[in-house]
Amino acid sequence: MKPIKNVSRRSFVKSIGLASGGLILACNTSVFSDKEKTPENLINFNPNLFVQINSDGSVVLIASRSEMGNGVRTSLPSVIADEMEADWSKIKVQQAVGDKKYGDQNTDGSRSIRYLYEPMRKMGAIAKAMLISAAAQKWQVPEVECSAENHFIIHTSGKKIGFGDLVEIAKTLEIPSDESLTYKNPKNFKYIGKHLKGVDVKAYANGSAIFGLDKRLPHMKFVAIARCPVTFGKVKSFDKSAALKVSGVEDVIEIPRIEKPFGALGGVAVIATNTWAAFKGKEALKIEWDFGENQQYDSEKYMNQITQNVHKEGKVGKNQGNINNAFKNAHKTIESTFQLPHLAHAPMEVPNAVAWVQGDTCEVWAPTQAPQSTRKEITDYLETTEDKVTINVTFLGGGFGRKSKPDYIVEAVIASKALNAPVQVVWTREDDIKHGYYHTTSAQYMKASLDKNGKVTGWLHRFALPSIVSTFQPGVGYAAGFEISSAANVPFEIDNLKVEIGQAPAHVRIGWLRSVINIPHGFSINVFADELAYAANKDPLEFRLNLIGKNRIEDTQDPIKYDTARLKNVLKIAAKNAEWGKELPEGHAYGLAVHYSFYSYVASVVEVSMKNNKVKVHNVYTAIDCGTAVNKNTITSQMEGAAIFGMSLAYYGKITAKNGAIEQNNYNDYKMIRMNEIPKVHVEIVDSSEKPTGVGEPGVPVIAPAIINAIYKLTGKRCYNLPLADYDLV
Amino acid sequence: MITLQINGEKHQIDVSPEMPLLWAIRDIIGLTGTKYGCGIGVCGSCKVLLNNSPVQSCMIPVSVAEGQNITTIEGESKNLQLLQESWGELNVPQCGFCQPGQLIAATALLDKNDNPTDDEIDEAMIGNICRCGTYQRIKKAIHRTVELKKQN
Ligand code: FES
Ligand code: FES
Repeated sequence: MKPIKNVSRRSFVKSIGLASGGLILACNTSVFSDKEKTPENLINFNPNLFVQINSDGSVVLIASRSEMGNGVRTSLPSVIADEMEADWSKIKVQQAVGDKKYGDQNTDGSRSIRYLYEPMRKMGAIAKAMLISAAAQKWQVPEVECSAENHFIIHTSGKKIGFGDLVEIAKTLEIPSDESLTYKNPKNFKYIGKHLKGVDVKAYANGSAIFGLDKRLPHMKFVAIARCPVTFGKVKSFDKSAALKVSGVEDVIEIPRIEKPFGALGGVAVIATNTWAAFKGKEALKIEWDFGENQQYDSEKYMNQITQNVHKEGKVGKNQGNINNAFKNAHKTIESTFQLPHLAHAPMEVPNAVAWVQGDTCEVWAPTQAPQSTRKEITDYLETTEDKVTINVTFLGGGFGRKSKPDYIVEAVIASKALNAPVQVVWTREDDIKHGYYHTTSAQYMKASLDKNGKVTGWLHRFALPSIVSTFQPGVGYAAGFEISSAANVPFEIDNLKVEIGQAPAHVRIGWLRSVINIPHGFSINVFADELAYAANKDPLEFRLNLIGKNRIEDTQDPIKYDTARLKNVLKIAAKNAEWGKELPEGHAYGLAVHYSFYSYVASVVEVSMKNNKVKVHNVYTAIDCGTAVNKNTITSQMEGAAIFGMSLAYYGKITAKNGAIEQNNYNDYKMIRMNEIPKVHVEIVDSSEKPTGVGEPGVPVIAPAIINAIYKLTGKRCYNLPLADYDLV
Repeated sequence: MITLQINGEKHQIDVSPEMPLLWAIRDIIGLTGTKYGCGIGVCGSCKVLLNNSPVQSCMIPVSVAEGQNITTIEGESKNLQLLQESWGELNVPQCGFCQPGQLIAATALLDKNDNPTDDEIDEAMIGNICRCGTYQRIKKAIHRTVELKKQN
C-alpha cells in the first residue's frame, strides 16, 4: 500500500473540507514514522495530509497541527512548496478539523516538524513529478525536457505553462513510483532553512485573527464556572439567588465532575448573556464545598517532606559502576539539594471553548493542542460515535501544554447539552491560575566525588517529584519512565553513576509544561556541574566540555541518537558568540548551561549584573542544533521566547498551595518578565542535514541554571532553589 | 442606553453602567480584537485608546467611556497602521494574542513621542505582558517604525 495517493476523484474529498476539482494528493504520514509502521497502517489507507492544486493555480494545504505560536502553519507548507517549486504566495493553509482522518494532530512534545518533514517533502516531489508528466503529455515531449520553476513547468525550448493549467491532465495520472522521484539538493532550497514570515502575522496585528475566545455563534450563552478551590473537591450545596440577581445572568446549573484525566473538574456554572455578567454571577454564588482529601495539601510542608525523601535512599532508576566505592575513594565529595516549586502555564489566552450539542451530534470551536483527544473525551461523554463530533481548532493564544488537556472543552460540552444551546465557557485568569495542571514541584539531592585531578568519579542524582503519570493513574507516588530517563541520560563520562527516585504523591493535577521534566533536571544538572567546576578549580566551560567527554553516541534507546559531539558543539558556539573568557564590564559575569531535550541540543551563555542586590540579565547567547532547520525565523523566535519563558520561571515562577487551595491569583502575584527586564537574545542555529527535531521546548531548560551560575560567579553565592524572588534578588 | 463612539462609529448599547468597556466592546458590540488577559489591569491585552491615551479597558466602566473617542485595534490611526507594517516586517507575533494590546500601547507612545529611546519604550510598554516573549521584536519594530517615518 502506498502512503500517498491521487484522490482527485474520490467522494470523501468534500468531507474533509476541500472543494472538489483540481489535483488532490492524500498522504498517510504515519507510515513515515519509525514507530507506527504497523501492518494495519499499511493496509488501510487513512490519509491525514492533503494537498490540492486548483486550476487557478492556488495550492491548498490542510495543515494538521494547531497553531500556538510555533509557526507550524508556516513551516509545514514551506516544505511542500519548496520541493514542488511552488510560489509561496499562492499557498493557502487550511486548518484541519479534529478527525482521525488527519492522523496524530496533537501539538506537543515538539514533534510536528520531526514527524512530518519527510512526508511533506515527498508530497511536494510527487506533485512536481505529476505536473511535469502532465506538461510532457500536453506538449508531446519527453519528460526529461521539462522542469519546474516558480509555479510553472518549463520546456527546454523556453515555452512554459502554469501549474493551474495542468491540473486537469495531472489529476488523471498515476502516482509516480518512489524510484522515479527526484528530490531537491538542500543547497537549492528556497524556503526551507530560510527566514520565512509567519502566514498569520497580519491577522494577528490587525485583530482579525479569531482565537477561541473570539468565536461567536448566534444566541450563544456565556458561561463561567466556580470550581472547588481544592483539587477534586465536590459541591455540597449552593445558593444561587444572589447570582440570579446580577443583570445578564439567566441561569445557574451544577456541572458534574468527570473522573478522567482530562475530564471536567465539576462545579457550579453561571449562564449569562455576556462574559462579564457570567463572571459577576460567579462571584455572587454561595457554595459549600466538600473539599476532600487534598485539603491537607500544603506545598511548604510537602517540600520538606519530599526533601527528606531525597535525603535517604530511594528506588533505583539507574545504577552504573559502584557509587559507594567512588565516594569512599574520593579526594573530595560535594553534595547539594535543590528545591523547585510548581508552575502554571498561564497562556495569554485563558482556557475557553465554544460547544454546541444538538441531539447526538456536537460541534466545538476551541483553542486546543489536542483535537483528537478532545474528540475522544467528548464522544465518551456524549456516548455517541466519533463521526458525530467535529472539532474546529481556532487560533491559540499560547498553549505551553495547558491546551493539550481538554478538560475546559468537556465543560463546554456538558453545559451546552444541559442548556440545549450553544455556549462559550470562559475561565477567568484566576480560574486558570488556580485550577491548572501544574508543572511538578521537586526536591533533588546530588552528590559527586572528585579525584585529585578534579575528575568526576561518581555522580548520584536522587529526586522526588509528583509524576505526570499520577494524572492518568491516581495514586502513583513515584516518577516514572521519561521522568527518570532525563536524569539517567546525563551525558557525562562518569564511571559510577546512580539515579534514585524518592516518594512524592500528587495532590493537584500534574501536567506537562513547556519542556516538562527538563526544567527540574536541566536545572539541577547544570547548576551542580558548575559547582563541581569550582570545586575542581577549573573554568566552567572547559570543565563541562571535559565532563561530557569524548565524542560518542549515548545509548538512550530512542530512535534518534544522542550525539555528544553535537552537544559540545552548541556549547562551544554559544561560548564563542559570547566571547567566553573576555573581560566583562565591572560587576558583570557569565554563566552557562547546556541541555539535550526533544532530540535537540541547546546551550546558552547569559550575562548578568547585580545592582543594589537585584539581578539584571543583559545578554543571552543561545545556540541550537535541531537538525535540518526548516524555518529559521520560527526557530529564532522560539529561542527568543524560550529565554523570556525561562527567565519568568527563574525570577518569579512559583505556585503554592495552602489547605489544598492554590494561593496565587493572577498576573499580579504570578508574575511574568516584562519589557523593562529583557536581555538581548542572540541566536545561532547550527547548520545540519540531520533529521529535524524539536524547537518549541528545548530552549527553556538552560536559562534558569545559566543565570544561577552567573550569579554565583558574580557573588560567590549559590542559589539552589527557584524562584529568585524568594532570595529577594529580582 | 449608553452611547459609545468606537473607531468613529456610534454604538447604542443597553448594559449596566458598570460593565467594563472591554466586555461591551467584545460581547455587546462584537469587536473581538481587544483581548481579555487578566481583568485586573495588569496585562495590557485589553488596551484601547481613549481620546488618544492608552487605557486598560477592563478597568473602565462604560459610563466613564461614554462620550469619549475610543480607538480599538480594528480602528485607524496613522501610527497604528505604520506599526502594523513593521510588526509584519519583523515578524513580531508568536501566538499573537497579546499583540493588539501591544500595538495600541506602541501607537500611544508614537503619538506623543516621535523618537522614543529604549528606556521610553520600556516605560510605555511595561504594562503589556507577552507570555510568548516577543518583547525584543516589539522593541525593534517600534524603532523600525520611527526609522520609516523619518525616511518619508
Ligand atoms: S485584561 Fe485588562 S489589563 Fe489585563
Ligand atoms: S505573542 Fe503570544 S502572548 Fe504575546
